[in-house]
Amino acid sequence: MHHLLEIVGINKSFGATQVLKTCTLTVDPSETLVVIGPSGSGKSTLLRCVNLLETVDSGDIFFEGENITRARRTAHLLRRQIGMVFQNFELFAHLSAAENVMLAPVKILGMSRADAHDIAVDLLRKVQIPEKADAFPDELSGGQQQRVAIARALAMRPKLMLYDEPTSALDPEMIREVLDVMATLSAEGMTSIVVTHEMGFARRAADRIVFMEQGEIIESAPSDQFFGGAVNDRARRFLDQILH
Amino acid sequence: MSIELVLKYLTSPNFVHGAEMTLLLTIASLVFGVLIGLVLALIQESQTRLGTVVTLAYLWLFRGTPVLFQIIFIYNVLPSFGIRLSAFVCAVLALSLNEGAYMAEILRSGLQAVRKGQRTAGLALGMTRTEMMRYVVIPQAARIVLPPIGNQMIGMLKLSALVSVIAVEELLLVANQTASADFRYFEALTAAGIYYLAMTTAFMGLQTLLEIVLDPKKRQRMRRLSLTERMLGTSKALAVR
Repeated sequence: MHHLLEIVGINKSFGATQVLKTCTLTVDPSETLVVIGPSGSGKSTLLRCVNLLETVDSGDIFFEGENITRARRTAHLLRRQIGMVFQNFELFAHLSAAENVMLAPVKILGMSRADAHDIAVDLLRKVQIPEKADAFPDELSGGQQQRVAIARALAMRPKLMLYDEPTSALDPEMIREVLDVMATLSAEGMTSIVVTHEMGFARRAADRIVFMEQGEIIESAPSDQFFGGAVNDRARRFLDQILH
Repeated sequence: MSIELVLKYLTSPNFVHGAEMTLLLTIASLVFGVLIGLVLALIQESQTRLGTVVTLAYLWLFRGTPVLFQIIFIYNVLPSFGIRLSAFVCAVLALSLNEGAYMAEILRSGLQAVRKGQRTAGLALGMTRTEMMRYVVIPQAARIVLPPIGNQMIGMLKLSALVSVIAVEELLLVANQTASADFRYFEALTAAGIYYLAMTTAFMGLQTLLEIVLDPKKRQRMRRLSLTERMLGTSKALAVR
């Protein structure tokens, strides 16, 4: 069987700065990967390369066995199968919570508004805010916005979810509600790649931990092994820093 | 001053026709102006070098010379190149070309005001660039550009008086001709002024209406408030405001 996602030796530079250095990584169905590392280590760029928001300079990316690396013309078709959640939520400001969830199914997949509304209601229930369906983004707390953003991504029935520091812009008391939703999804078998600094979440939900530094994947180990202490020195130093 | 004469002017076929002409000039020039502006704004958005040069040259030309000059130029110079257009078409052409330059800047600022992350979010959902512009960027930009476009609408109504120099029978020309024929400047100009004020008032009303239509939150609230609540003032939403 194929891996769901296979990244083979990708390189990416912005100008003179090399952000990704020969990164190789595989993700299997139902797996949850947590990517950690200091800021500027290339974690977000790695995620953005997966759904072709950035194009790599060299190397290959396979999704369900198909080489998608240079499929720029059909990038939008690929992205329909890959959900993404951003640090700043990026809910569409002119639409209510339910409409945010409905937009892509209705406009891209041509689903009827009634069907899409049913799906939106279900998904908002799943992320624990069915009562906010008619609220607009600026009427929601950060935690609520991020949960709507997760529902919006799920509405396309993605095969893979990418979370780009989903709780970094949240007040501490709201982090938990978002992480709980993500952990539930992972437990239900949603394949996920999560860039985060939340080590509690990593311990709880990750199958594998990937540690990046200066554009390189330094370590990629099963979660229990990683937290069991069998880690490389640079990863340990980083862990010591963020765990104080 | 004779109020009866003002009323007579207001209802005279000449004035009604002049007012219609002014309105037609304004609306036609605005429509074409917005279209030109939208094309220019989207060209700039695409960030190709040729596009940037072309739009900058356009803005430089049409913002850099007086509209009155453009009107006279188009009306008098095009025929020498064998292009014969009616005075009305020349008027709409000149006003639209000029308006397009200002609209381009307004629309560009609106498009730029929509955060980059919103575009990324649209793309990440699987939208093509066109879908992303249509469903994510333009609806949000429309709300932002509405007040300056309202300004332009009212400005255009008044700008249209300039085309009297190429003998388009619009409101001001009619008023001026009537006044000098009857020697009743006060009455004739008052009648024209009343028409201008009525039309600008209507435009302001239209702007307010559009702002409600384009603001999903206001729209939703209007729906939520029942008529009785609005009349009795018992709604919380009203009390908060």
